[in-house]
Amino acid sequence: MAEEVKLLKTWSSPFGLRAFWILKLKGVQFDFIDEDLSNKSPLLLQSNPVYKKVPVLIHNGKPISESLVILEYVDETWKQNPLLPEDPYERARARFWAKFGDDKVLASIWNAFIKQGKEQEEAIGLAIETLKFLEEELKGKRFFGGEKIGLPDLALGWLANLIGVFEEVIGVKLIEKERFPLLSAWMQEFAEAPVIKESWPPHEKLVTKFRAIREPYVAAAAQPK
Amino acid sequence: MAKSDVKVLGFSPSPFVMRARIALKIKSVEYEFLEENLGSKSELLLKSNPVHKKIPVLIHNDKPVCESLIIVEYVDEAWSSSGPSILPSDPYDRAVARFWAAYVDEKWFSALRDIGSANGAEAKKAAIEQLIEVLVLLEDAFVKCSKGKAFFGGNQIGFLDIAFGSYLGWLRVTEKMNEVKLLDEVKTPGLFKWAERFCADAAVKDVMPETDKLAELKASAPPSS
Repeated sequence: MAEEVKLLKTWSSPFGLRAFWILKLKGVQFDFIDEDLSNKSPLLLQSNPVYKKVPVLIHNGKPISESLVILEYVDETWKQNPLLPEDPYERARARFWAKFGDDKVLASIWNAFIKQGKEQEEAIGLAIETLKFLEEELKGKRFFGGEKIGLPDLALGWLANLIGVFEEVIGVKLIEKERFPLLSAWMQEFAEAPVIKESWPPHEKLVTKFRAIREPYVAAAAQPK
Repeated sequence: MAKSDVKVLGFSPSPFVMRARIALKIKSVEYEFLEENLGSKSELLLKSNPVHKKIPVLIHNDKPVCESLIIVEYVDEAWSSSGPSILPSDPYDRAVARFWAAYVDEKWFSALRDIGSANGAEAKKAAIEQLIEVLVLLEDAFVKCSKGKAFFGGNQIGFLDIAFGSYLGWLRVTEKMNEVKLLDEVKTPGLFKWAERFCADAAVKDVMPETDKLAELKASAPPSS
């Protein structure tokens, strides 16, 4: 049977990028559509009626939503180059760190990005505390997945390029090499890995986009109270 | 396997802790349950879950597994040869189950919590309407997943049953405290009957906290620590 694999994403979404990476890493033939979120396609609305968000993977007409769910689905469906280890305990740890990335790291970094003044200082402090857990987890490991890229690496991979973008926009370094040597090394190694390095969205375009996203927060903070 | 090889650190009223216990019961795994005092967390808890310091934690042969749904998947995999499977076998069905479990923890949980924390009759009414919208979506998910059978997982309790069913104690408390029917025979007939079957199931009935005991706690939301 001819396989039909379609990925709905956007040019910049880090969540969409995860799905893109895993399909490429597994050598799966697929088509992708970069959605315009201000004008969502009927296919997107029909495929993810609950959230109306990207990414959505459509495999032989059947849609799967939520990026971490997509990662596990792809890993289970195309068995070459497995992303999750075999051992149940190691699998639980991989899932734990992927979830930690989305629940805690993402939120804390985003707060550091949008907040201003004193609130930003506090947010940066909290982000650093959160990142310390990642630094600790990388001890003795090349990737979060061990010797090779695994589920948590794909889940946390957005750090490897977006941190640089955020730092450029806010003018503050969030991941300093001296404080986070292992995390810094991981970011570099991940960013330059095959498949990953060919798929980063253009840096300048990201800076422009996130600068625009930050504008209203800066403006709001500058309002006289 | 000796009982002491498996420990669960928990708090009986917590729906998240229930999930771990239901999974272990399905797999006929004997374990030691250590009731935590959330106001004064044990050394073992702090050591086993240093990142979040939350329950439940499953400790299997001294190795800790954290995050309730990750624990359920771990139990399913570590004791795969014992008892029925908790996750479906088909990758697409697994993705659907995981999608709805994530939806439950995000949308259902916040809608339920919002009823408890709503200030004033207007806010409460709005919060209840919001929850009912969520329930209608879940009713649809139930029809699709169960395919005419008793549970989301089919003939037996599965992953999504556990994920959603663990909140039923708190749902009952919310109904009682707000004098409102949320699970309705007319609006959500499938879920209404499913809830009765779930609570009566052998894997569930001993660990489902009594509504009165939960009401006594007078909390406005399920404990998530």
